[in-house]
Amino acid sequence: MKQLLRLRVNGETREVAFETSKTLLEVLREDLGLNGTKHGCELGECGTCAVLVNGEPVLSCLMLGVEAENAEIVTVEGMTQNGKPHRLQKAFADLGAAQCGYCIPGILLTAKALLDENPHPTREEIRQALSGNLCRCTGYTKILQAVELAAKEIA
Amino acid sequence: MTRKKTLSVIGKPLRKVDAMAKCAGETVYADDLNLPRMIYAKLLRSPHPHARVLGVNAARALTLDGVCAVITGQDLPEKFGIMPSTEDEEALAVDKVRYAGDPVAAVAAISESLAEQALGYIDVEYEVLKPILSIEEALASTEESQRIHTWNRRANVQKAVSLEFGDIEGGFARSDHIFEGTFFYQGNTHLPMEQYCAVGFYGPDDKLTLWSSTQTPHYLHRALAKVLKLPASRIRVIATPVGGGFGGKSDPFSHEICAAKLSMITRRPVKFTLSREECFYVHRGRHPVKMWAKTGVKSDGTIQAMQYKTFLDGGGYSSYGLASVYYTGALQTVTYKVPAYKFEGVRVFTNKPPCGPKRGHGTPQPRFAEEIQMDEIAEKLGIDPLDLRLKQLVEANSVTINGLQISSCGLRECIEKVAERAEWKKKFRKLPFGHGIGFAASAYITGAGLPIYRNDMPHSGVQIKLDRSGGVTVFCGSTDIGQGSDSILVYAIAEEFGIDPVDIRVVTADTDLTPVDLGSYSSRVTIMTGNAAIQACGKLKLMLLEAASEALEVPADDLEFAEGQVRSASLPQRGIGFAECVVKAEGKHGTLGATGSYWPPKNPREFKGSGVGPTPAYTFSTAIVELHCDGETGEIKIDKVWIAHDCGRAFNPLLVEGQTEGSVYMALGEALMEEQIFRKNGLHKIPSILEYKSPTTLETPEIETILVETIDPEGPYGAKEAGQGPLLPVVPAVSNAVYDAIGVRIHEVPITPDKILRALEGRLKAVSIPKFDFPAPLKWQPGQGVQVEQKS
Repeated sequence: MKQLLRLRVNGETREVAFETSKTLLEVLREDLGLNGTKHGCELGECGTCAVLVNGEPVLSCLMLGVEAENAEIVTVEGMTQNGKPHRLQKAFADLGAAQCGYCIPGILLTAKALLDENPHPTREEIRQALSGNLCRCTGYTKILQAVELAAKEIA
Repeated sequence: MTRKKTLSVIGKPLRKVDAMAKCAGETVYADDLNLPRMIYAKLLRSPHPHARVLGVNAARALTLDGVCAVITGQDLPEKFGIMPSTEDEEALAVDKVRYAGDPVAAVAAISESLAEQALGYIDVEYEVLKPILSIEEALASTEESQRIHTWNRRANVQKAVSLEFGDIEGGFARSDHIFEGTFFYQGNTHLPMEQYCAVGFYGPDDKLTLWSSTQTPHYLHRALAKVLKLPASRIRVIATPVGGGFGGKSDPFSHEICAAKLSMITRRPVKFTLSREECFYVHRGRHPVKMWAKTGVKSDGTIQAMQYKTFLDGGGYSSYGLASVYYTGALQTVTYKVPAYKFEGVRVFTNKPPCGPKRGHGTPQPRFAEEIQMDEIAEKLGIDPLDLRLKQLVEANSVTINGLQISSCGLRECIEKVAERAEWKKKFRKLPFGHGIGFAASAYITGAGLPIYRNDMPHSGVQIKLDRSGGVTVFCGSTDIGQGSDSILVYAIAEEFGIDPVDIRVVTADTDLTPVDLGSYSSRVTIMTGNAAIQACGKLKLMLLEAASEALEVPADDLEFAEGQVRSASLPQRGIGFAECVVKAEGKHGTLGATGSYWPPKNPREFKGSGVGPTPAYTFSTAIVELHCDGETGEIKIDKVWIAHDCGRAFNPLLVEGQTEGSVYMALGEALMEEQIFRKNGLHKIPSILEYKSPTTLETPEIETILVETIDPEGPYGAKEAGQGPLLPVVPAVSNAVYDAIGVRIHEVPITPDKILRALEGRLKAVSIPKFDFPAPLKWQPGQGVQVEQKS
């Protein structure tokens, strides 16, 4: 049975009807057309589908859409504010931290949650924060550097 | 026209052309495609590793409301496979399944969950056969009744090869010391973060379009035409941006062919997105290889002869296996001078997911053996392992004993620089117990010298269109898999025309729109598309120069393309803007477009097997790994990796570093934890990301990259590859560092804690080598065939 729900996504209220068994990942991609959120396993193992729920990184493949009602959800599309990319997005682009780019939305959001809470993390703190996000392309090096570069721009 | 002295785009750390789209989540990967009336498909896979398919009955599934079509092996009986001489795959099993996971039927339905549910309503009758699960079992199963395939000459041997170069017996006879060892390199898989996905649509115009996450749209195009029995001219293949490939998306696959076939039946777009578990069955990853290596040296360490036997566990189908087996013997000679060399290799069929090309394709395994053996030789002779190598490096503009032509070579510089940065001399054999450092070197190809199917056409084609706005559009069949091949085209063209990369649009990987490029494999794309693009630019520049020369009244040989202008080199204030020049040239010559092509240098050798190994240019890499190894627990912690890579010219140093760092990371996964392993009943043991361990941010150490630029004569602006070569030295360097740390040799990967502990307790058995009668060797002497002329 479908249920009509109100979700707050990227600062907008969206009314959407979906099967209650659907994961937040499926609702975002299939019912809200937010394809920026990717999937790598749909079992909570790779971190690719991470989004922010009330500011915390959450694996959207493990959360039901109905559980996200009344929460503030931020996807990668919501990182660009007023047409301006987030400093993390710029830093990732500048340093070549996105190769195939498939894991990047999840990593950007996880890094955003880190910087929102801890604007000047150490390399070790960044490693810890991103340890649940797999990337097969970069060897993580440029990703860690990009998070540090973005942090430098925070006053 | 004058040649610019300084480069304005090449060599600069620019953003990739698709960087912001990827960081904004705007890039459209295959699974992001949603077409009107699209339906969803799933594959029914065999639960048995080896069985005869006696019957498939889809009647019950077809009665389900919302199921649109079901197809079985009978609907697609035509065999296919990436190598034309070993086409042994079927889109859906016709009479036999050869690994647990082999597809037998496909369902399309109005939702993915319904398609999945419908799989349970397809009745398959199997006659279960005894599975063959190891190299030894395959070689022992010589009876006709035990065959996995029937087309191959010897039961369960896909290919056996034997090659001999120089005086191998004399070489060993002249040696003061002979070193022999056995090694095992476990198989592992690519694990790209993007699962396989394809969308097929057979339209009302009787034309088929297939979008797929593929590295090789051209080869896929050919396979679709063959299996679907459609004229290739009515098929369009579009490779969507690939979310990680590493070689795993280089074959034509069942789900791609079935997406097309189901759409031909339903006349609706059909999408397949494979689950993560299915990705482990599709595989085509690193072959498990057992190896025997023998090296004869003089007492000063100079190599007199080298001999290898390799045994590849191929899995259920041929895939790239014919090339893979030759690659396990091709490049051992491309780092040190080897005056005599013999190689025997065999690839067997087993009832496991097929192996294929993974980053380094067939060469990391023998390189692992070779570099450990070099370390052992140095140890025995009391020579520093770096000095042992430095005294016998291959040289630029030389030919190896097996006929491979080396152009540029930065190996010496790679060794010296990596040693300096890692402070090798201060650390080697001087660190306390449990703390160690290890070194290894390697070589790799920049693009395969031959195409997959025999033909005389270029390996890469580029078409460039100039429009009156000054905008430039480049069309090329190359496929961006994250390595940045779209960006490489833009950088080359921007440099040639002296314009801003932003003014260039890229259209790639679409068989309707773009000239053929053979695909993103064998590290071929930068050198081949780059050269083709430069050639196309050259043709257009002649027209532009003629127009500019007239307009400016400056002789063409004094004109240059720089800073968005075509201008006088001697009087730079005399110039016209690029867009204005295009307008003038179009008025003079008509619509402006040109093509460029690239063929690799012709391979002068003609012996059987000589097609694997030649390349326009070899790259060289060296690695030093420093690590801690706990003698109590066997745990390894990598402290740091220094990697030096001779990339010819760093087209964009950020991208070259990125490829190098990614290679080091992937190598560490293979060295320490990644393995594609199976239960005794033939089922995959760990088909999930949680169980298939790969390095996270916590296990990946600091990586220091040193780029060595040799400016190769064949490379565009001197560039060579960077995507695969740097993986090779890291794996043996880990093993050599473990020896330095705790004094035990590990001849196997992954080097897991239990192997360390068994080795420390003296219980780690030497790798056993199967018995096999190789064919009589093909003997080839250096000097046979024509020498390649070197460009200066």
